Amino acid sequence: MTQSDLTILSNREIATSVYEMKLGGNTISIARPGQFIDLKLDGFFLRRPFSVCDLENDVLTIIYKVVGRGTEHMSSLTAGSVLDALIGLGNGYETSTSGASPLLIGGGAGVPPLFMLAKALVSQGKSVTAVLGFNTAEDVFYKGEFEGICSRVIITTADGSCGIRGLVTDALTEAGDYSYVYTCGPEQMLKAVWSKINTSGQFSFEERMGCGFGACMGCSCETLCGAKRICSDGPVLYKEEIKWPTPA
Amino acid sequence: MADTRVTLCGITLDNPVIPASGTFGYGYEFAKLYDINCLGTFSFKGTTVLPRFGNPTPRIAETPSGMLNAVGLQNPGVDAVISYELPRLKEVFFKPVIANISGFSIDEYVQIAAVLDKEVQVGWIELNVSCPNVHGGGAAFGTTPDSAARVTGAVRRVTKKPLIVKLSPNVADIAGIAKSCECAGADAISLINTLLGMRIDIKKRSPLLANKTGGLSGRAIFPVALRMVYQVYEAVRIPIIGMGGVAGTEDVLEMMLAGATAVGIGSANLVDPFICRDIINSLPAEMDKYGISRLSDIIGGAH
Repeated sequence: MTQSDLTILSNREIATSVYEMKLGGNTISIARPGQFIDLKLDGFFLRRPFSVCDLENDVLTIIYKVVGRGTEHMSSLTAGSVLDALIGLGNGYETSTSGASPLLIGGGAGVPPLFMLAKALVSQGKSVTAVLGFNTAEDVFYKGEFEGICSRVIITTADGSCGIRGLVTDALTEAGDYSYVYTCGPEQMLKAVWSKINTSGQFSFEERMGCGFGACMGCSCETLCGAKRICSDGPVLYKEEIKWPTPA
Repeated sequence: MADTRVTLCGITLDNPVIPASGTFGYGYEFAKLYDINCLGTFSFKGTTVLPRFGNPTPRIAETPSGMLNAVGLQNPGVDAVISYELPRLKEVFFKPVIANISGFSIDEYVQIAAVLDKEVQVGWIELNVSCPNVHGGGAAFGTTPDSAARVTGAVRRVTKKPLIVKLSPNVADIAGIAKSCECAGADAISLINTLLGMRIDIKKRSPLLANKTGGLSGRAIFPVALRMVYQVYEAVRIPIIGMGGVAGTEDVLEMMLAGATAVGIGSANLVDPFICRDIINSLPAEMDKYGISRLSDIIGGAH
């Protein structure tokens, strides 16, 4: 982890309430896809964590959805503004376990980190299929970008307005054979994917964080390998170690 | 040359800056970021007899100028602290550390203190009688002068190490409780722990934290902490570690003027992991600015 002052290069709405922000600066401590950055915003006490969507020549891309006052403030920032960032946080995805034809499954705000992952896997000569799930056609983003690098991209929407009607798990048959699964999305989606896939895989989780770097124990979860901090032992957990919370 | 040294219960600290318990783990995470030997010392994560996962998530929420936490004393238990955490710390931190401990009965406090009394790395034992996030323990002991004195007195009998009692602000008469701990054998008082607070998710119409309530920390609580340090300074003769919302070098000076011998820095570490190092580096210049040559001279200076 390092602290870095990042300059906003662009900040634009790419789907309903979904923004793509490109940031320039020293990004040297980002080592793997699936890692995240933690941004300090004026007027807000805690930093905001965002997964790295892309990293090319020290230009870092994040994609965020406006869900509260912090992200609303972010959406108003313009090119040239400087943000205090902690970067290179979290363990990220391990690509060496993927086999020849990995399947990437993303849901909504969980789609972004899979883009940098897809690029890494493709550069290793792997044939990547991506299943990307959204609520409706207006929420879909980065379809073209994924199509530009993946062997195959399947979109699902809950209302059927784009791609297959239904959830990402409804597209598993369509996705065909795969050697391994990488996924990121809401917990309910991760759980559904976990129960339906027939290979091993890596699951990226989300939790409300205090610090983002392992100090406060705010985002801990229980796993079959003991308590883990989503921010620093995760956010990526292996399929075999996940312990789903029992419904209250 | 500015002299930043202070003496806490007979042990001299290079400076009064102490990362507060629960915001600095067992230290070695931060040692990856900077040389933590620049610190006066630090107070390690609240430790209990048995390992604890703590409360269900979400257990963090943002507030105006601060945050709520309801972590609930997640820790690996005292045995693992001795066999794993302290040996790892020893490789990166060469000063005595404050052992922060918590229990669900007086016996548990006594049991942990007796074990940690034998550890040479431990310079002080800090009794957390003020955690707002565990039920049937922690804060229950810190809410009345009587119960605080009973825990303090019982632990006093099993350790010769300096004994610090960490107090809760969620009480009517903090000076009375501090006085009572002093009479029972405490060597120092640290205050304040977090203030009990809450947030509600409007869409879900339910508390934001799974634990419903949590401890408020951060900038918002600094004036409350300062006032309580000021009040306790007038009630006791033992040193005070002042904490609560401290986030800058001038806050450290204010705390010391209110009566603190050393100053804890808590949730500011979570937002800026380098803040303790930066405050320490800026202390000499800030002292010059206010005409302070020896920092220990200003302790209680506002009275």
